[in-house]
Amino acid sequence: MSEKMALKLQVNGAERTVQAWPMARLLDVIREDLGLTGTKEGCGEGECGACSVFLNGKLVNSCLVPAVQCNGAKLETIEGVSPTSTDGAQLHPVQEAFLRCGGAQCGICTPGMVLAAVDLLKRCPDPDEEQVRDGLSGNLCRCTGYVKIIDSVLAAAKSASPDGAKAVAK
Amino acid sequence: MAKLEQVGHSRLRKEGRAKVTGAAIYTDDATMPGLLHGATVRSQVARGRIKGIHFGEGIPWEDFVIVSAKDVPGENRVAMIVLDQPFLADTRVNHPEEAILLLAHADRVLLEKARAAVTVEIEEEPAVFTIEASLAAATVVWGEDNVFKKVSIRKGEVDAAWASATHVVEGTYGTGAQEQLYIEPHAVIAKVTAEEGVTVWGSLQCPYYVHKALKHLFNEPDDRIRVIQMETGGGFGGKEDYPSLISGHAALLSMKAGGRPVKILYDREEDMVATTKRHPSKTRVKTAFDADGKMLGLEMEFLLDGGAYVTLSPVVLSRGAIHAAGPYYWPAVAIEAKALATNCPPHGAFRGFGAPQSLFAIERHLDVAAARIGMDPVELRRKNLLRIGDVMATGQVVKEAVDLPGIMDRALEKLDYHGRKARYAGSNAGTDPIKRGVGFAVFMHGCGFTGGGEAYLASVAGVEGTADGKVRVLAASTEIGQGTNTMFSQVVAEVLRVPMDLVEVQQPDTKLVPNSGPTVASRTCMVVGKLVQDAAVGLKQIIIQAGLLREPYTADEFQAAVAAYVAAFGSLKAYSQYSTPPHIVWSDETYQGDAYGTYAWACYAADVAVDTRTCEVAVTDFVALQEVGRVINPTLAEGQIEGGVAQGIGYALWEKVEWRNGRMANAQMTNYIMATSADLPRLRVYFEENPNPMGPSGAKGIGELPMDGPGPAILNAIQDALGTDAPREIPLTPELLMDCLEARHV
Ligand code: FES
Ligand code: FES
Repeated sequence: MSEKMALKLQVNGAERTVQAWPMARLLDVIREDLGLTGTKEGCGEGECGACSVFLNGKLVNSCLVPAVQCNGAKLETIEGVSPTSTDGAQLHPVQEAFLRCGGAQCGICTPGMVLAAVDLLKRCPDPDEEQVRDGLSGNLCRCTGYVKIIDSVLAAAKSASPDGAKAVAK
Repeated sequence: MAKLEQVGHSRLRKEGRAKVTGAAIYTDDATMPGLLHGATVRSQVARGRIKGIHFGEGIPWEDFVIVSAKDVPGENRVAMIVLDQPFLADTRVNHPEEAILLLAHADRVLLEKARAAVTVEIEEEPAVFTIEASLAAATVVWGEDNVFKKVSIRKGEVDAAWASATHVVEGTYGTGAQEQLYIEPHAVIAKVTAEEGVTVWGSLQCPYYVHKALKHLFNEPDDRIRVIQMETGGGFGGKEDYPSLISGHAALLSMKAGGRPVKILYDREEDMVATTKRHPSKTRVKTAFDADGKMLGLEMEFLLDGGAYVTLSPVVLSRGAIHAAGPYYWPAVAIEAKALATNCPPHGAFRGFGAPQSLFAIERHLDVAAARIGMDPVELRRKNLLRIGDVMATGQVVKEAVDLPGIMDRALEKLDYHGRKARYAGSNAGTDPIKRGVGFAVFMHGCGFTGGGEAYLASVAGVEGTADGKVRVLAASTEIGQGTNTMFSQVVAEVLRVPMDLVEVQQPDTKLVPNSGPTVASRTCMVVGKLVQDAAVGLKQIIIQAGLLREPYTADEFQAAVAAYVAAFGSLKAYSQYSTPPHIVWSDETYQGDAYGTYAWACYAADVAVDTRTCEVAVTDFVALQEVGRVINPTLAEGQIEGGVAQGIGYALWEKVEWRNGRMANAQMTNYIMATSADLPRLRVYFEENPNPMGPSGAKGIGELPMDGPGPAILNAIQDALGTDAPREIPLTPELLMDCLEARHV
């Protein structure tokens, strides 16, 4: 059996080094070694998207990524989406929209959904409903029927455009 | 309807910020010093006698904590309705996922290897896997006849109806098991020490169910057991009774480990194969109508597959049987219902609790009957829908001013049902392989526990003042995504006339909150919300009587008075206990009386497109219109309906459990298909408000209602699209629909 390896990562902007088994799942490194429990596990098989994170700017299911592939990588998790958000100061417009539009119910899919929405809006800043439906179809939610999640993403897109800024602001 | 300050407004979800930032702590997010991980060794054989347990080579077994039935300090049975399900099988097994042995170790990888290295030798015995085989009782696997529970509901003389009827229509309907698929699988942490007794932190709906189960398991007094609910990633009923079992497992391991905390976390596959699903059903319906379509009589045989142990099946059966007649006036009714034993893991609570199965049968049957009689399904229902003063199947008299024909018409109007039906009749006649149709269902859902359940529970909820002058809600009712925290806060803020941020909600912890009953049966808002409201009024009276507050007051004055009271007297608490209003009367012996204090009423309508080449069905539009008393929080209430409808659409079309010898064979999200955002139309939700005195500010229960309508509405729409009444079973997968269409051509 191989040895644990030193894994260097840039995590939400900060340099971190952890000791990890090469074949450990990135998800476990994030939750256990980095202690960032906002990233969730819903299936462990790449189906639900609860474990979504940005790896070198690309949205991935962290349950499918072996740690060994991540050395030197730039990682962004839900905790890094809005660095001041945990102390209650400020939310990312997508988080703000999920809060206001009822996009989170039990909340277990929410971190992954928020990241998927951030990713979608990067690629497609002004989506219509169909584009949002397609764009989020890799993330499962059992609680909402997706209506309020889609409304959240559409509202976030509006708030990011100059004339929509007020729509989501407090 | 008077406008209120808090109630009726879409206040933000109380714990919403923690959820959108990922800061909320779910069970698997918590850790503790010295934590061990637990794993479960299961039977893999549906039925048989345990001959031996063998520990394989190459595992350092001395480093493992190992628990078997011999280690159980108290009662090795899960305390629920009947004491039949063991925490750990000792001599025999009755389903393929039955727990036999528990292991714990700090290293999860080694733990998995160890689990795989245990073999259990079991002498197999004949098993029963279907409702039909259980009913036939050639092999008896439970009791004397495989019957967990029987319910009969009688009204009038149904035999006389056949003789006087112009039309008698019969049909048989079936529904499949449904997997819960909350996105957070089961998880629990337990710590058992001599000093502190048993403490459990878990993803669960009913802290006091777990409390009771652990009390029996460890043979300990109430105050030596403590159950704390962590943030819970979905429940739907799936975290109603199963947490008792898994909490017991973790606690046994911790006890054996000398008090080190033990976490048991199921992975998705284990969660899918081992935990509770919706009861499969078979229903035979026979109905009599006069020449005008007036209902004369209903006979029904309603059968549920309960799995290997009784668990909650009797109450699921009861709700199913009571809803079986639908929202109609039948002069004569004979409903015979049975919950039957099979050698599958026990089926359990799942949103709707028996009603989706029986309402599917009756609502689907009415469209079959309408076609046979040659009547419009809308007009057939209109002639028979319950009106004020009508007597329901259990003898309950409709006392509330419900307007079911209006609810039906308004839902159909929203869908443009009549317009589309006419248009589709034209377009379906052409050669386009896509056929379109519209369909609907009218139904109700009883709010709160069935029959005498609420009286028996006699739930208590309370509020307390905090040192900084806020009011904290004390209830065991859990937030599982449906909005309990926010709803309680709005109700308290409303009745005290203070802002929402003066109200907090205590995280459910049996050491700190009274037993407000389980978080089930669409009861949290209507029943517990009302108790919380009454307790808040009580708290206000206390500070007024102490001379610290005078009406009318400002929020600041109120806060100062609460703080002053707490400073002066140490604590400020007020409680309220449920007692049945005198006008509600029920008999468990005869199944006669007021089955529920009140009902939510609804009509759901669906528009479908069926691809006749692939037999795939797309739901292209969906209207959910309901009368639910007063809506406390429109955004949360809509969210409940939308989520329930999505589950209902999946139940109708895609969510198929493949059984192999009592075991779920497709236990992955890859091959058990729930709806993604791309599979659903925008679900259109409408509320009609008719405040009901039972609930706080007139609210009723809504959590389960949306599960009841989609199944029959969608299949009725498919009948409309294809012109055949053959689809009678859900999930109506493409394979099954293909069979229905082929049968039509022969
Ligand atoms: S946990 Fe990674 S996709 Fe589900
Ligand atoms: S909010 Fe519960 S799974 Fe999405």
